[in-house]
Amino acid sequence: MGQVAQVATTLGRRDRWGAITVRFGFGRMRYTVEPGLYAAGFPGEDSPVLVTTNYKLSFDHLRSALTGQNVWIVVLDTEGINVWCAAGKGTFGTDALCAQVEANKIGQLVRHRRLVVPQLGAPGIAAHAVKRQSGFTVVYGPVMARHLPDFLRNGMKATQEMRRKTFPLAERVVLLPLEFVIAGKWALLLSLVVYGLSGFFGPAPFSENVGLHGSFAVAGLWSGILAGTIITPLFLPVLPGRAFSLKGAVAGFLAALIFLAFLYSGQGSSGDIRAGLAWLLLIPAIASFLGMEFTGASTYTSLSGVKKEMRLAMPLQIVAGICGLFLLAWSWRL
Amino acid sequence: MGGTKRLLYLKGVATLRLDQEACIGCGMCLAVCPQEVFAMDKGKACIIEHDACMECSACMMNCPVEAIWVQNGVGCAQAVLHTMLGRSGKAGCSAGEKPGGGGCC
Repeated sequence: MGQVAQVATTLGRRDRWGAITVRFGFGRMRYTVEPGLYAAGFPGEDSPVLVTTNYKLSFDHLRSALTGQNVWIVVLDTEGINVWCAAGKGTFGTDALCAQVEANKIGQLVRHRRLVVPQLGAPGIAAHAVKRQSGFTVVYGPVMARHLPDFLRNGMKATQEMRRKTFPLAERVVLLPLEFVIAGKWALLLSLVVYGLSGFFGPAPFSENVGLHGSFAVAGLWSGILAGTIITPLFLPVLPGRAFSLKGAVAGFLAALIFLAFLYSGQGSSGDIRAGLAWLLLIPAIASFLGMEFTGASTYTSLSGVKKEMRLAMPLQIVAGICGLFLLAWSWRL
Repeated sequence: MGGTKRLLYLKGVATLRLDQEACIGCGMCLAVCPQEVFAMDKGKACIIEHDACMECSACMMNCPVEAIWVQNGVGCAQAVLHTMLGRSGKAGCSAGEKPGGGGCC
């Protein structure tokens, strides 16, 4: 056997810093490790063979769960995409798995004929086809890497808890920065446009109009962004309804009420009834759209469901948005 | 705000179908389903929570006798939008597109 790279099972400062930066969306699509064979601990010919992807965040999750274990790790080339998504796209698939097993001569490395594949890789893998192509039996491991030690100790048996994908608060919280950064980039651009446009509304000079309307308008826009990208994911289980667009709209409505309290407590013409109505339409529309976008990051939405809610919600979001803009422009009067 | 309550998506939309006649009771669908959609009853798989199905197609892929069918796809509004706007990659996401691009998973 040639040289096999041995990996540490504790994460260093650079790994942790890397995890934080990709959670904020920086360099996320090129955060990869080299595909191929790795060793954790000092594996031998009877040691388990674990399969994963070359997204470094996934790879780091796996190896940090393997302290004290002696296992082989086979890394498939998924172009830096995590197991579940790569399985959905097919890059984490039967052919890719069999090719890596062949290329790294796993058949000569170990005496057994078992591959531990993460359960969330199953949408890309056909266990019976892997058996036919490579002679190896696929054993589906737990959903979460942290359950691997228990899984291996139990003779590769997963409990029901290990098989179930949940979406608890902690898992939603780590997704917030990326949701906010992606929407925030557009919102920054829109803020400039809103500031610029608001100067042309009203009888006062440009700069006075910007001060009068622009600041409130930008604050309203960001209320919608916050409601859709932070409040909606955070309170997902307690927001009413099953559709994410509805949950987002409710979060947006609550945010709009808070925003209006500020709007009417201040002085100036921004606080008339048309402006109030406008924001009651605009903020929920923005939050509803962004809440709907969170379906992709969630762990339990189906394509059929997403299409259904989009068909219903998007026309409403557009109508609410247009009506809101007209009301706002009217309240500002040219 | 906790994660103990089971999260369910829209009712009655999942396309999942199971042919119990063809089922050989191997239990692979129970092993791969992350949403506990299936249970075993008298040596055959059965669907106990149809609305929990997220159409990931893990069960269909791993059924050795093709007793399961589902119109598979990823429940991602962004991907659906990208496809509608004709800007799609394979699945509308950024896999396989140029590195550094945004996109979802």
